Amino acid sequence: MTSRRIEVLVGLFVALAIAAFLLLSLKVANSGMTGSGQTYMLYAKFENIGGLKVRSPIKVGGVVVGRVRSIELNTEEYSPVVAMEIDSQYNNFPETSSVAILTSGLLGEQYLGLQPGFVDETVSILKSGDYVEDTKSAIVLEELIGQFLFNRGSN
Amino acid sequence: MIVDKLQQLGQHSIAKIQGMGRATLMLFGALIAWPTPRKSFPLLLKQLYVVGVLSLLIILVSGLFIGMVLALQGYTVLSKFGAEQMLGPLVALSLLRELGPVVTALLFAGRAGSALTAEIGLMKATEQLSGMEMMAVDPLRRIIAPRFWAGVISMPLLALIFTAVGILGGHLVGVDWLGVDGGGYWSAMQANVDFQQDILNGVIKSVVFALIVTWIALHKGFDAVPTSEGISQATTQTVVTSSLAVLGFDFILTAVMFGG
Repeated sequence: MTSRRIEVLVGLFVALAIAAFLLLSLKVANSGMTGSGQTYMLYAKFENIGGLKVRSPIKVGGVVVGRVRSIELNTEEYSPVVAMEIDSQYNNFPETSSVAILTSGLLGEQYLGLQPGFVDETVSILKSGDYVEDTKSAIVLEELIGQFLFNRGSN
Repeated sequence: MIVDKLQQLGQHSIAKIQGMGRATLMLFGALIAWPTPRKSFPLLLKQLYVVGVLSLLIILVSGLFIGMVLALQGYTVLSKFGAEQMLGPLVALSLLRELGPVVTALLFAGRAGSALTAEIGLMKATEQLSGMEMMAVDPLRRIIAPRFWAGVISMPLLALIFTAVGILGGHLVGVDWLGVDGGGYWSAMQANVDFQQDILNGVIKSVVFALIVTWIALHKGFDAVPTSEGISQATTQTVVTSSLAVLGFDFILTAVMFGG
């Protein structure tokens, strides 16, 4: 076994490992980059976020445009504030837009549905750091059942 | 009667702690020294070949088969819920987080760890280590250090290869054989696998296992009773101890990384 052959084989081994790492990081994982990688932040205040999590997708008409960056409780009103990280390719949402917490399928994970609003002369475009005013909270199954039972009881 | 039992327990504990102390001293003696890259690089290269390249075949084959079995088993359960598109994340996450690092470490202990122990034990039995000391060559620097670094470098690389091959094996069975949608296999995987949370934590796991397995293998060989029986015992102990240590540390690491 000459030392040259050993060197070639070790080089091959390391190259194979690098190829495996590239496959894993590029093809298997999303490295947090969507499109250009440039993002901007929008905020939304909810009553109840249900099962929404950090890194849940934000969708417009089913297309992912960003992800939830953080979820924090506003200490003044004790209502959850969701920070949304949106691809700057989509930076044209008017301030009449609305966000709702939706569920994909019956048992699927929850995501944010962003619905673009109408535009006229008095409506401005949402900038980075703005709040989306029109929000719809998550549907909590227990509350629905409670309401249903309450309505049945009163009838 | 009870005192005898207590004495046995004490003897056993003292022997264990002394062994750990000798293992730590061996590691410090081998690693803490002025680096001499011109002298030690060829030795490291030779050991990378012995420890890493020669383990490649078993890693490739078992990675492929474990990925294929995961896809086959996962498919039977997932198809009951109509959730075949989650096959990609199932295969990728179980390989990245658990099976890649752990199975690689177990195979590595059996394939390379036992060989290291037997080699060093035999060197001790044939007094090659004493011979080196007579020639003012430090056996810790010449024998232990390159083998240690070779193990620590090559095992994470082997684990990465294992995981990648396993995911391709899952693709082979899931997409090409069972007919899961190929685009969905990759896209669902990308939506569910996080670089930092899953891939980086898997690599950290395999680095920790590499340290444990290589250290145990080298110490058992260096500390072996220099007879043929002693070497065979030391080799067995290497495989048993490092497998148990890997499984134990895996639980701790999993609890810390993914538990909360």
